[in-house]
Amino acid sequence: MIKKPEKKILLMGNPNVGKSAIFSRLTGARVTISNYPGTTVGFSQGYMKLDEDNMAVVIDVPGVYHLEPACRADEVTCEMLEEGDLVVNIVDATNLERNLFLTLELRERGRPMVVALNMWDETRHKGIEIDVEKLEKELGVPVVPTCGITGFGIKELVEQLRVAEKRDFAPLARDQKWEEIGKTVELSQTLHHHHHTFLERIEDLSTRPATGLPIAALVIYVSFMIVRSIGEGLIRYVLDPLFNDLWTPLMMKFSALLGGGGLIHDILIGRLVGGGIVYRESFGLLTTGLYVPIAAVLPYIVSFYLVLGILEDFGYLPRLATLVDNLMHRLGLHGYAIVPMILGLGCNVPGAMALRLMENRREKFIAATLMAVAVPCMAQIAMIVGLVGERGGRYVAMIFGILFAILIIKGLIMNRVLKGKSPEILWEIPPYRLPQPAAVIKKLWMRVSNFLREAVPYVLLGVFIVNILYMIGIFDLMSKVFSPVLSGLWGLPKDTISAMLIGFLRKDVAVGMLAPLGLSTKQLVIACTILAVYFPCMATFVVMLRELGAKDMAKSAGIMIFTALLVGTILNFALRF
Amino acid sequence: MKGYKTGLDGVSEMEEKTLLQLGNEQTATVKEIHGGYGVVRRLESLGIRPGKTITKISSHFWRGPVTVLVGKGKVAIGHGMAQKIVVEVK
Repeated sequence: MIKKPEKKILLMGNPNVGKSAIFSRLTGARVTISNYPGTTVGFSQGYMKLDEDNMAVVIDVPGVYHLEPACRADEVTCEMLEEGDLVVNIVDATNLERNLFLTLELRERGRPMVVALNMWDETRHKGIEIDVEKLEKELGVPVVPTCGITGFGIKELVEQLRVAEKRDFAPLARDQKWEEIGKTVELSQTLHHHHHTFLERIEDLSTRPATGLPIAALVIYVSFMIVRSIGEGLIRYVLDPLFNDLWTPLMMKFSALLGGGGLIHDILIGRLVGGGIVYRESFGLLTTGLYVPIAAVLPYIVSFYLVLGILEDFGYLPRLATLVDNLMHRLGLHGYAIVPMILGLGCNVPGAMALRLMENRREKFIAATLMAVAVPCMAQIAMIVGLVGERGGRYVAMIFGILFAILIIKGLIMNRVLKGKSPEILWEIPPYRLPQPAAVIKKLWMRVSNFLREAVPYVLLGVFIVNILYMIGIFDLMSKVFSPVLSGLWGLPKDTISAMLIGFLRKDVAVGMLAPLGLSTKQLVIACTILAVYFPCMATFVVMLRELGAKDMAKSAGIMIFTALLVGTILNFALRF
Repeated sequence: MKGYKTGLDGVSEMEEKTLLQLGNEQTATVKEIHGGYGVVRRLESLGIRPGKTITKISSHFWRGPVTVLVGKGKVAIGHGMAQKIVVEVK
């Protein structure tokens, strides 16, 4: 019989050594694994069977270089260590010296410990030879070579965990530790000369600015084209036919069954347009409520996360961060702030969670505000592309151009106005690794199923609320209250208040609500821009509030609303078409 | 920060410069780090401490970061921080 988990196992190590891959091997739990430092910002927890009748809790601790509190993540790490029963110290075998500092710190903490010598497969072609027995002897703790991605060595690791015992080590001062590490590495590691591989050559080319910047432009352009063509292809050849040829006839029958109108009919099917269902305009739960997340947004979610996953696993993000660091400093950030921005393009929620990678409060505030204002999520982008794209691709480009200009201008202003300096950054650039198709698909599936689980219910809720608010006349009331802003400043019909209100819940539904309003192209551009800028959706707001605290969140929200008022007004008076 | 020093054996000439001044693809030994405890610790945890040999890979215009090779790993160091790292070229 399996009893309640008794032991707590902590997976600890430097950033980007493959802790999450080992975690997922040990527990079978699904977590995000990428090739850049800082993929895991929160703690993941899973269970594993230690032996016949013992379960253990396994905790994937975000990476740290040493135990002294340097930033928030580190402090929590130290707290976790107090509660752990067993420590698996995951070490990057290709970076032994640097990784062993934490190992020596950990072994002094008096917890039974096993070292997993991860990325073992990479040592060979990097010309690194490690004598595991000697290393084990020098360190005084069991050492197991592993490869988290393929599962090599995981069985041995578990066996060692079963028998791991507490050993005592005399505490060493910092210099003594480095001395000891020097000795250990000298004894157990031999470096051979190796020829530069093809990947290593690209590594250098994509880091130097002269070749790196054109490569970056190419990578972004190609990624964009792939996202777009897969997204459009899925809609045109799979989802539109599915909805139009299969679902519509079914819904029309259902509509007739319900009598073609009435309260229930309007909530489930929505309003018929010209006697038929128009998925973008009917606004019933079973029509627009399903069409928006599944046919309009999902294809772009799939294509975006596929491309992002490949770039992440390849290890491109840290290089991009290096290339844009100088520009980002002008905006009060540093290069690594592109990680939350890029994740935010998929969904602002993981983007807001990645804010923890930022060094200090000022930087976090700037990154959060810029993301919330100028980085629309893929769901919103998909709806904008669908709706505005009908009027011409250049209007879609215009919206993104405006958002990008806002990003730059606001960054420049905040960097000037807010006290302090953007911190100097220091980060590891991992080697390029060829993405493993199985791992890419697994991560994609995780993110897509997450979207289906988290987003679809909210979209349905949004569509339901729209119907209710219409029926009880709230929209009419609000449109009267807000018409000075809407019509006076932004030049929008007062009906658009309904979209603005729903935007607090879901941005994709909000953009969708603009469809039946018969807006001019100029009004569409203004309304879409404002919807992107004025406030984050509820889910993002909750995470931002947690990360920034109430005071900074209030300031940030003030900036967002002010930006929306200003930008909407400027566009209304400046745009002529 | 530039200066010439005679080595202990009186033969080899060592040149001291900051990491910023070091040329691309040049190899040097870290001599000292002019920074507070925090900076020293952070650099150290990425393998950059006095006595280590590093090779500069690239520098970026507009006060961009410097990338270096330490052992078999690569690290990007912010412009200001790179200025605080004094290296010795043989």
